[in-house]
Amino acid sequence: MLTCRRACLLVLAPVLTCPLVSAQTGYVSGNEFNPAISLILDGRYAQYHDTFELPGFQMGPESELPAEGFSLGHSELTLSANVDDQFYGSASVAIAEHDGDTEVELEEAYLETLGLGYGATVKFGRFLSSIGYLNSQHEHAWSFYDAPLIYTALFGKTLYDDGVQARWLAPTRIFLELGVEWTRGARFPGGENDGNEGKSLFIKLGDDLGTTASWQLGASAYSTRFAERSSEGHAHEEESTDSAELIMEDGDVDIVGMDAVFKWAPAGQPRHQQLVLSAEYLQRKESATSNFIEDTNSLIADYEGKQSGYYVQAVYRFHRQWQTGLRYDEVKPDNDFTELEAAGIDMEEFLEETELGSDATITRNSAMLAYSPSEFSRIRLQYNHRDWDEGRDDLWVLQYTMSLGSHGAHRY
Amino acid sequence: MKTLTFLIALLFPVLCRAELAVFACEPEWAELTRQLGGSRVSVFAATNALQDPHHIEARPSLIARMRNADLVVCTGAELEVGWLPLLLRRSGNPKVQTNQPGHFEAAMVVERLAIPTTLDRAQGDVHAAGNPHVHLDPRRLLTIARALAQRLMELDPEGEPQYRDRVDAFASEWQRRMAEWESRATPLQGARVVVQHEDWIYFNDWLALNQVATIEPKPGIPPSAADQKRLLNTLYQQPPQLIMLSAYQNDKAARWLADKLQIPVVVLPFTVGADEHSATLPALFDRTLSLLLQAHAQTADH
Repeated sequence: MLTCRRACLLVLAPVLTCPLVSAQTGYVSGNEFNPAISLILDGRYAQYHDTFELPGFQMGPESELPAEGFSLGHSELTLSANVDDQFYGSASVAIAEHDGDTEVELEEAYLETLGLGYGATVKFGRFLSSIGYLNSQHEHAWSFYDAPLIYTALFGKTLYDDGVQARWLAPTRIFLELGVEWTRGARFPGGENDGNEGKSLFIKLGDDLGTTASWQLGASAYSTRFAERSSEGHAHEEESTDSAELIMEDGDVDIVGMDAVFKWAPAGQPRHQQLVLSAEYLQRKESATSNFIEDTNSLIADYEGKQSGYYVQAVYRFHRQWQTGLRYDEVKPDNDFTELEAAGIDMEEFLEETELGSDATITRNSAMLAYSPSEFSRIRLQYNHRDWDEGRDDLWVLQYTMSLGSHGAHRY
Repeated sequence: MKTLTFLIALLFPVLCRAELAVFACEPEWAELTRQLGGSRVSVFAATNALQDPHHIEARPSLIARMRNADLVVCTGAELEVGWLPLLLRRSGNPKVQTNQPGHFEAAMVVERLAIPTTLDRAQGDVHAAGNPHVHLDPRRLLTIARALAQRLMELDPEGEPQYRDRVDAFASEWQRRMAEWESRATPLQGARVVVQHEDWIYFNDWLALNQVATIEPKPGIPPSAADQKRLLNTLYQQPPQLIMLSAYQNDKAARWLADKLQIPVVVLPFTVGADEHSATLPALFDRTLSLLLQAHAQTADH
């Protein structure tokens, strides 16, 4: 509307021979400046046998499987708009059920500068971290219903936090972006700390290969500290461990990662046919004092953890409305515990109870088929097969994801 | 040393470029800007004629180009809603943001057709600001050319005399050609045509072609087998003379329908650069008219 008026004025003033001038006139109304509203509806039917376990990892939030049978995923409401000529703002609220409780999560609420210039942009508030490739994408934009195992293992699902992000786009013909983030660092795998211990660094490089293909490479690092981090989620399935508690104290966490994406579409037309290959590798090193308490027994140990994993996936759109994809996941823990103080519980028992001593590789294969009548709707069937040293698990999920209202552009 | 200079030139095009770096969303605007700006502009076209401008990905290379642009020339009217806003936000370039002088949306300076009275996604991929495919009406294109020249003068005042000369030359040449096209197109008046997507509405409005049906049941929604049968049944009563298809579109449904109705499918360039005969804006209209007249003459023979 504003563009139109401005442009018309520009045309009208000096060029009087303007035969077709915009007919768009209107009245000023209170809702002309409403932000773009987008609502994502997500529901699924899931079938599986076993609970979700990742032996060797202390589990973060949201790492559980969807409820068996029918359930709703994240119903996500996003409002976004330019605040003025200097700022853009966006907020995403997700309503989801965890362990039978309906929770409202403010996933993102950030402001971003538009007018700094020189390729610089500053984002502040709560936002998805730009580390990795999948992390900054909203869940509904993922090609599979769930996060890769390494994301689940390291972040619970994804890393988002409160703080500031500054990024700079180099004035080069090739895409080169550098960014830093400074955040509270209090979310998993961090925890309450002296304040603002979350720091990350990322670099992204990308370009086209002719008109049919494009690529992006990224490298990132994240570090935080915590005074205390307790175990959440479902690291262990046995009811008897309810009275057991594992608390990590005075911890340091360092994560590094690399990611690569390659996209190909005949004639550069991704709408009808497109192949997307992506892979990410992430590694976490952490140290803390582990404090395990079970009834009146306890064990204090020095913890040195090293965990890593990767995924590779291929997603192919073979028809305007159909996509299929394959993903391979692998995570490997390698933790060291040195006993400092024990009372009534020995190391062996502790490692068995918490499964943190496991160094077995966990692998998962996933396949999906998705049908999208339009770009606003999708029905997806996914199969996951997971293997680890103690067993195997099969999971089927039939999911719908629908986008109502204004739907913004997706990231690359 | 030579290699180093070359590397610097490659990495920092910003240091050695023309007056105005222009990012054009579609080839027609790239060509128009080149015509109006001459050597004072360096133009990058984000899409080619065989790409569907509705569905482009916000690729890293496009973000990098947007970063260095002084002016963005796009269709607007929500045509690029799936990628342009993201490019703008990630570019860190204040000059080209919406409502800045460096942001030009062509469709917004002319009257648009098919502005919906109600907005409902059940109606398909509808654009609240009306049909965005304005460049296929040369009358509107001339209005846009004048507005764009004005914008170039505003952004690059030193070049004003050059822009003025160029736009005047463009306008008089264009008006001469327009009269010629209109007289050539007289046989097409009232011709019954079917289109794939609502992207020929301005062209058909200009030359008074009678668009009797659209193959897509709703904008942006591909037809199902049932949709195609239904369309065929309605068209049997009074068959159209030809099917107009844009070069970037999938031809399957159009070929099927054409086969059943025994009418030709005319694959039209739609924009600059779709084939070797459509390298410039005048050539685009010349070529489009030739193809249509040729097909029309064939059906008239039957």
